[in-house]
Amino acid sequence: MTPSSTSSPAMVKDDPQTEDLVIVPRRHIGQIIAAIAIAAIVALIARSVATNPRFQWDVVNEYLRDASIASGLAVTLKLTVISMAIGIGLGLVVAVMRLSGNAVLNSVSFLYVSAFRGTPLLVQLLFWFNIAALYPKITFGLPFVSLNANHIVTPMTAAILGLGLNEAAYMSEIVRAGILSVDHGQGEAASALGLSRLQTLRRVILPQAMRVIIPPTGNETIGMLKMTSLVSVLAVSDLLYSAQIIYSRNFQTIPLLIVASIWYLVVTTVLTIGQYYVERHFARGNRTLPPTPIERVRTFFRTHARISQGATK
Amino acid sequence: MSIAVAASTQLMVHAELLHKSFGNLEVLKGVSLDLRPGEVVCLIGPSGSGKSTFLRCINHLERIDGGRVWVDGRVIGYEQRGNKLHELSGSQIGRQRADIGMVFQHFNLFPHMTVLDNLIEAPRRVRKETRASATTRALALLERVGLADKARSYPKQLSGGQQQRVAIARALCMQPKLMLFDEPTSALDPELVGEVLQVMRDLARDGMTMIVVTHEMGFAREVADRVAFFDDGQIVEEGRAKEVLSAPRNERTKAFLAAVM
Repeated sequence: MTPSSTSSPAMVKDDPQTEDLVIVPRRHIGQIIAAIAIAAIVALIARSVATNPRFQWDVVNEYLRDASIASGLAVTLKLTVISMAIGIGLGLVVAVMRLSGNAVLNSVSFLYVSAFRGTPLLVQLLFWFNIAALYPKITFGLPFVSLNANHIVTPMTAAILGLGLNEAAYMSEIVRAGILSVDHGQGEAASALGLSRLQTLRRVILPQAMRVIIPPTGNETIGMLKMTSLVSVLAVSDLLYSAQIIYSRNFQTIPLLIVASIWYLVVTTVLTIGQYYVERHFARGNRTLPPTPIERVRTFFRTHARISQGATK
Repeated sequence: MSIAVAASTQLMVHAELLHKSFGNLEVLKGVSLDLRPGEVVCLIGPSGSGKSTFLRCINHLERIDGGRVWVDGRVIGYEQRGNKLHELSGSQIGRQRADIGMVFQHFNLFPHMTVLDNLIEAPRRVRKETRASATTRALALLERVGLADKARSYPKQLSGGQQQRVAIARALCMQPKLMLFDEPTSALDPELVGEVLQVMRDLARDGMTMIVVTHEMGFAREVADRVAFFDDGQIVEEGRAKEVLSAPRNERTKAFLAAVM
């Protein structure tokens, strides 16, 4: 069109104009073949799951809303919430101790994490369950206090102690990493303004550390939900143990394990969605957030004024 | 000692023979400096000469190994009992720091709070002011630094120059008696330096006592009453800004000024 565009040396007589050319992205044949193969395998598995009568989907359906499964689910949720609360609270204290300049606090925190992270959770649960063998009377070192350990440390208490104290060791490392991720200047600016150490931690450091703390804490919570199934060895009637009790009576082992798995999956899905929104809350001020899936759906269905005929032509 | 105390009561800042070491490295080798109320002093000198460390000793962000600092007649960070200086508690030091504003090279605004919340956080938590009274003053200060429309923004949404002006407003919101500036324009793009210096110039004109660590010789010449030249942990030359900057007497001052101007 312009003199410069026609002066190209590679110019052929019927070469189209530059602006008429269509850009074609490279196709990746290998990827397409792999996608077809995997889709085929997934379809085969799905068909087998749906048609194999031994899955006994009717039995699964029957027990999905069984009263004892529901109460087992309630126990599992209760254990998860209480143990995570202990884990996060105590983990924060252990992390702050670890970061303090005091040598005693520092080493006690280090030993705590080593002991509880270095032994299997199952062993710890059994220890708490059998604590009465070690300390038959619990006195807290106080006069006139003498409690029967067997009455206080019920299987439920042993489960909460085992899960919570173990979780605190992991959470303390997560919190510590979060605190260390906050720029040193933040604490200095807060001190220079006269804020106390506690105010600085609570108002300035922790809210920023949350961005680093939340994703692994979500992981830990989901992990905790599933780890609670270990308490079935203490005969605490959680979700898995409730399913086991039923299949030990009617021998429908596979359908009841599927029932338990479905409920574990449902709760982890809910937790994942919750984590997504908590993460967004603590990201404020740091990046512009993409719209949530709900916002995206809303945007898709929102109508707007008719696009004028002239503009489309 | 009694003479020093008497002198310190009329001075805004009275630093006496400050010593500070990091490990084996002695960064302050007995630095003394006085400021009368309303005075502006610029600290200049090569990197690592101890200017910033000296500034950070004034509000006890650094513990000192020897010497004393008074701000507005009170020893900072310590209580003298007999011939010993006992370090004050965290909350006592906090109350002293509340009267000393500080502005950092990298702004150090709180990124998870809006500009307004950055300003009112310390007045509310340290001075226990109501949200309403702190907000009124904060909005007036934002107006003064030309950022009244940014109160609801987050720091990351502002330019470096705007962030530093917010940081100055945040320090002023505590109604300090003294302002410390630690290389306030060193992290800024060249075209943003002017707006920050303008705010500092206005502040000096309004009578604020200021200590400014800076490499902006033009600013020092125009705004400072005095400059102190640091080298190797000591003040090697000190005097009226125009005299030291145009006719330095010390050889090291001469060499430094020749290199930067």
